Order: sequence, then structure tokens, then C-alpha cells
Amino acid sequence: MANHDIRLAVRKGTVHALVGENGAGKSTLMKILYGMQKPDEGTITVDGEQVAFGSPADAIARGIGMVHQHFMLADQLTVLENIVLGSEKLHGIGGAARRAILDLSDRYGLGVRPDAYIEDLGVADRQRVEILKVLYRGATTLILDEPTAVLVPQEVDALFDNLRELKSEGLSVIFISHKLGEVLSVADDITVIRRGTTVGTAVPAETTPRQLAELMVGSELPTPETAESTVTDRPMVQVENLKLLAEGDSGRALLDDISFTIHEGEVLGIAGVEGNGQTELIDALIGLKHADSGAIRMAGEDITAHPTRKRREDGIGYIPEDRHRHGLLLESPLWENRILGHVTERPNAGGKVGFWLDLKSAQADTRRIVEEYDVRTPGIDVTAASLSGGNQQKLIVGREMSHKPRFLIAAHPTRGVDVGAQAQIWDQIREARREGLAVLLISADLDELIGLSDTLRVIYRGQFVADADPATITPEELGSAMTGAASGHLEHVESGDGSEEDDIR
Amino acid sequence: MKKFDRERVLLAVAGPVIALVVAVALTSVVLLASGKSPIEPYSLMLEQATFSDIQVLILNQAGMYYLAALAVAIGFRMNLFNIGVDGQYRLAAMVTAVVGTHLALPSFLQIPMLMLVAMLTGAFWAGIAGILKTTRGVSEVVATIMLNAIATSVIAYLTLTENFGVPVGNNQTTGVMEKSGWFPGIEVAGGEIYGFVVIAVLAGVLYWLILNRTRFGFDLRATGASESAAAASGVNAKRMVLSAMLISGAVSGLAGLPILLGDTHTYSLSFPAGLGFTAIGIALLGRNNPVGIAFAALLWAFLDKASPALDYAQPEAYDKEIAVIMQGLIVIAVVVSYEEVRRWGLRRQQRRVGEELAAAARANGNNGNNDSVKEVAAR
Repeated sequence: MANHDIRLAVRKGTVHALVGENGAGKSTLMKILYGMQKPDEGTITVDGEQVAFGSPADAIARGIGMVHQHFMLADQLTVLENIVLGSEKLHGIGGAARRAILDLSDRYGLGVRPDAYIEDLGVADRQRVEILKVLYRGATTLILDEPTAVLVPQEVDALFDNLRELKSEGLSVIFISHKLGEVLSVADDITVIRRGTTVGTAVPAETTPRQLAELMVGSELPTPETAESTVTDRPMVQVENLKLLAEGDSGRALLDDISFTIHEGEVLGIAGVEGNGQTELIDALIGLKHADSGAIRMAGEDITAHPTRKRREDGIGYIPEDRHRHGLLLESPLWENRILGHVTERPNAGGKVGFWLDLKSAQADTRRIVEEYDVRTPGIDVTAASLSGGNQQKLIVGREMSHKPRFLIAAHPTRGVDVGAQAQIWDQIREARREGLAVLLISADLDELIGLSDTLRVIYRGQFVADADPATITPEELGSAMTGAASGHLEHVESGDGSEEDDIR
Repeated sequence: MKKFDRERVLLAVAGPVIALVVAVALTSVVLLASGKSPIEPYSLMLEQATFSDIQVLILNQAGMYYLAALAVAIGFRMNLFNIGVDGQYRLAAMVTAVVGTHLALPSFLQIPMLMLVAMLTGAFWAGIAGILKTTRGVSEVVATIMLNAIATSVIAYLTLTENFGVPVGNNQTTGVMEKSGWFPGIEVAGGEIYGFVVIAVLAGVLYWLILNRTRFGFDLRATGASESAAAASGVNAKRMVLSAMLISGAVSGLAGLPILLGDTHTYSLSFPAGLGFTAIGIALLGRNNPVGIAFAALLWAFLDKASPALDYAQPEAYDKEIAVIMQGLIVIAVVVSYEEVRRWGLRRQQRRVGEELAAAARANGNNGNNDSVKEVAAR
């Protein structure tokens, strides 16, 4: 994660993309530019003037603002309140602030409603609030950290329109992304970072995604295609009419009448915009939340009432969507993280009954995982926090696969993982699937979803609204179902075919 | 790998050392401000520590602090703040004293029985807070503070003369315990060391074993480190909260026994109070580590027992409250320095891991980029 010899020049009025594998040093570089971390050597120049940032406040004063990947908004406050929070001195908190916000919103075509509550807004709207928040503070250079990760294709297009608006007004945008196609469509300049240093720049008009990827990893881009089907007719996981209600008085259904079957050797992919019930579905399957009605069966056995530990011992593997919250003990050494989630199983402990941990075997097995899954670390005694996101993920995948799961819940298994490791994780899932593993795959990466899945379902507001055949469907078609625009069985249609409406119902 | 081990030790020691240095420096500032010598009180107190009778006092006091601090630390390890150690150990000592007065078994049964009574009483009192938290969501901080106050009233009621109380002069006691329940001490030059100090040491060993070598301990630590990750890994949070509170309470129950079984043999108005609050500072200073807590307990006991002599020092007397000021400053300094050292350590390790990997990558890169070849081949 150390950066060295970084060279980056952002021209005024352009969108400058920064691409690189995770752990390549993009985040560190951004932290330095935004004043969150100090460089050991080298200089930063803004408008011809050399600057040194001690804190984000210094960066903001110089017109550099950051839109974080994880939004930093207070749900219970309105858009206006969120925007003025911490910058009350600029235009107060009343009419002047409202005028300033509306003015900015109009000028850049953001369409922000100052009095809406954040909790009522969708992801794309929240992102626009974040952007406006930065503009309100007088930013002329915006850093966007993986802004498209949470958006469906249609929303991505809208975001790109906003970005073009920003640059036409003379603002500069630094755009961090993994998605090379997007980068090529929106960026004016591209800088590639690999292993902590800038390895090249590219002109979008003369570059293909594949060339860019090669520059990024120094090797070819893998594709997530499953070769042959391994789906059997032996059901592994059967979920029937699963229903989960929101806690409290509202009683809103977070999951409503969810039913599906995953057979041995089958990957069921779930597409959906984040926040439509995916998290709740995972929680219900792993046992963190108990269903209000419905049944979950694994290999014929009713596990609806089983606690989490029993489910994991019985062979549910879990790659969580938020690895920091659910997959790791960040300040514990790697070998303790290898025990996490499997504390009662070999090699961490003697067997199902028993009291003691077997630290020696756990440590030895951690070394094996580090070796086999190519976790880049100097040793197993370092804390999980000191690994890059991709290496943390490899450790988690290694841990879960080491227990030979019968059913794997994989939420965003390659999020934030570099291209090389991505191929490896896909391989592991495919291999386990060949041996009869049932997989529930949830991913925001539609290419991954389409490439790996045998069956696709679309989740929208807690319900399965559509299904599709991954062999023929395109990301765009899937995207429209994710926003609730289409339902039923999605059939791929060639444009101009004329019979589009027939199958979409 | 060894390097990171050494680094962990360094980080573990850096926090308390910095805190102590800062606390001593600030105490000297206080002394200077009041126009006194900023150094002499320390040398006077250190001199006290060379006397064997003071050493015995320190050791005996430290034994009690140690048990109470272990009880606090068990809670801390899973983010539970058991402020109720104070009520738990006092109630447990009182009940044990009463049982020990009215029941006489042979010594080899009496002492374990009394220990069991103390642990059950402590666990019961802490368990109330545990059950309130798991069933009603009541913060254990609030519940245990309330329970401290209730414990005081319960003790006052039970030690009334019409209940179990026995007035002795101005004091209200619970009567003298049966001799079979007296814990044998260790005679040394400076006096008698409570035999229960050995139990305290054993408790420390057990604490370490359970936390670091058992599944239960792992679950407990995991819950403390990240509740969400622990839940996802299959820890039943409610059961864990209740278990931790019960164990913490049981250990609290033992905290009053060194003096009860080793010296006073009765629970009276002059029975030491406030141990449970002091123990919070000691557990903090000791980083919830059994060895760290031992040092912290000894340091605290030293400040307690070596400071009274300051009042009578010749030619110039000092206020013995200097030790209290110092204890307060240590607690504040500890909280600040631990957090700083922790962050610094994390950053430092992240950077070093990054550097080592970058170095390894460069070495690899000269070899015709081995990794990328491997990545392609893996397809």
C-alpha cells in the first residue's frame, strides 16, 4: 500500500480516471490528496501553487472535495440539513443556504430536493446529495471513489451526464473505478496505478478495455464465464415463502414470499439494487435474523429454527457483503481470523464437543491458506487490518472454502479485489460447484452475476420480481428489471425484433 | 514473523509506560505549583517500599485489587462495563461472612464452600444486570450502578441486629466466623501474607487459559472485538452477555475474601469499600491482560500503602493525597495513551506490511513477473 513515484496531473475542466487493482495504492493516493494522510516525499500543486494538506479541511479550503464510496449522510435529517451540517458559516442554515443549494442543483443539473429526508432517497439520489455537499463547500476538484459500484446501468448514465455538466462548468473530477468500460466512456484522461506507482496513462479514444486491463495488471483480463453446466437435480437448499418483517411498528415486509431452490452444483445469482432485501435474505439464510414465516431446508432438513453456529457447522459457507463488519476481526492476527466462524470445527478445535482450541493446527492451516490462496502478507501474525481489501477477501474465501461447504452464500465475492485474485476466486467457486456446491451469489457486478450464475433472479423491494437466463440476458436488460421497470421472465430480444413486450410481463 | 511478535510486546508496553511517565510528570507539576519538591515524595515512597511490613500490606492489598480487576476485565474483553463489581463483592463478602458464622464444616470443605457461596452471590447480583440487558435491553452500566446502591441497602438491612448483625462496640459486625473457614496465611518477616493471594494468582492463570485457549474465550473476545462479526460467526450474543456477566460477578465475589477469610473474619462497617471502582482503573492500566493487571494492582497498592508515610515525613511533610492525584492522572493518561498507541501501531503495521510486500513484488518483478504468469496459468 505504500505509494512511490506517483505522477498525476489533472487538467482543469476534465474527468480524470484513476484505475488500478485494489491494493495498488489508489486509496492511499486519494487520502493524501484529500489531506487524510501525509506523503513522506513529493509535492502536490494546486493551480500552480505548491500545497501541504494537514487535514481534509485544508484540502477543502483549496477546493478539493471527496465523495466517499460509503455515503456519509445522516438518514434522519433532510438534504438541506445534511448539506449545511459542518458548514453553517457559509450561508447559514436557512433561506440563504436553500437558495445556494437550489442554485447549485440547477447549475449542474443535479435535481436535488432540499427538504426530502435522506432515508427516503434512493442510492443515486444520495450520491447526488454527496456531490452537492462537496460543491457547496466550494470544491473545484471532486474526487469520486468508485461512484458507480452501487448504481444500476441507467443510474450510471445519469451520473455521467452530471459529471459532463460539472466539467463543462470548468470543474475537475478525479474518478476512481474498476469498471474499465465506464472509465473509457466518461474520462478525458486515464492514469493507471499498479503496485503503488503510476505505470502509464491512456487516451480513452485510442484504448480498448482489454488494453487498459493489461496495463492495470500486467496480464490479461479474465472473464467470469462458466464453461459447462454442473447443475444436478438434487436440491440442496429449498426456501419456501420466506417472509421477514421490519422490526418495530411499521411491520413493513423486508422479504416477502421469497421461494427458490438451489440444486447441488448450481449457482443462483440474485440481481438487485442494494437495499432491496439482499442483506435481509442473507441474514435469514445464515440465521442472524429469523424468518417471520416460511421455511428453509438444507439437504431436506428443516433448518429454519437452527442458530447460526449450527448452520455453519452443518456446512453453510459465508462470504459476507461487508467483510469488515461481518467477516473479520480487524485488529486480530490472521490466524485468529482463520478461526472466526469455525471455532468449533477442525482444525481450530478438536471436534464438535470439547472445550479447547487447537492453536497449532489453526496456525498451520492459516499458513496453508495464505500459501494456496495467494494472500499477500509477510506472516500470519499481522493484523487483518494491515492487509489490502483484496487480500482480506482472499483470506475469507480461503477460510470458507477450507471447510468444504455444501452451501455457499457469496455476497459480492470479488468486490474490491484485483483482477488476478478475481479470476482465482471465480475459479474456486466454479471448482466447488463442480463438486456439488450450491451457491447463492449476490453481486453488484452484473458481468460477474451473468457470467457465474446458472439461474438468475431479480430482487426488488423484498420480492423476486423477475428471472432470467444468464446465457442470453444482457446487463442492460437486467438493469431495467432491477429498477422495477420489468418483471416476469426476462427474455433477451434483439433490437428491432418488434416482439419485446411479449415476454416481459 | 518474530518481528511482529516483538512489535506486539513493544506496543503493549509502550502504552502503560507513556501513561506512567506522563502521570509522574504531571504530578511533579502539581507539586511544583504548590511550592514543594517535585521529586522527594517519590523517593520517600520508594523508600517505604523497602520495608517488609509495607511490602506485606502492598501484597495483600494487591491481591484484592487483582481479583476485582480481573472481574472488570472479563466484562471489558467483550465490551461490557461491569461497574457493579463494588456491590457484587461487598454483598458476596457479607453473605459469606454470615454463612461462615452459622455453618461449620471441616476446613477442607468449609473454605471451598465459602468460596462457592461468594461466587454464587456475586454471580447472582451481576446476573440481574445480565438478564435485564438480554431480556429488556437495559444498559449494564445503568443497571450495575443501581445494583451497587441496592446492595448497600441490602447489606445494611441484613446486618441489622434483628437479622444477622452482631454489635461490637460502635461497630456493627456479622459475628466471628467459624475457625474452619479461616484461610491460612503465609508468615513472613513483615507480617502475614493472605493465603488467598495464591488463589488470586490461580484466578489470573485461569483467566488467561480460558480467554486464549478455549472456544468460549475466543467467542468472548470475538464479541468484544466486533459484535457483528461474532454474530455472523455464530456467537449467540445474548447468551454471551449473560455468561460474561455471571463469570465477572463470580470473580467479583472472590475479591473481598482475602481480607474476610485471612484477617477480619467478619463483615463489619469498616470492611473495605470502593474496591470495585479502583479495580476499573487497574483493569484499564493492565490492558485487561492478566500479567498487566498484576503489575497495575501492585502499583496501585504501592501508592496506597506507601503514601501515608508522606504525612509524617521529616524534615518536610507532604500530603499523602499526592498518591491519589497520581492515581487519577494515571487513569486519564492511560486512556489517552492507549488509544494513541493503538492507532499508531495499526498505521505502523499497515505501512510495514505494505513496504515488505512492495519489496517482495519488486524482487519478483525482476524475475520476469512471476505472479502474473501464475495468474494467467491459473485459468
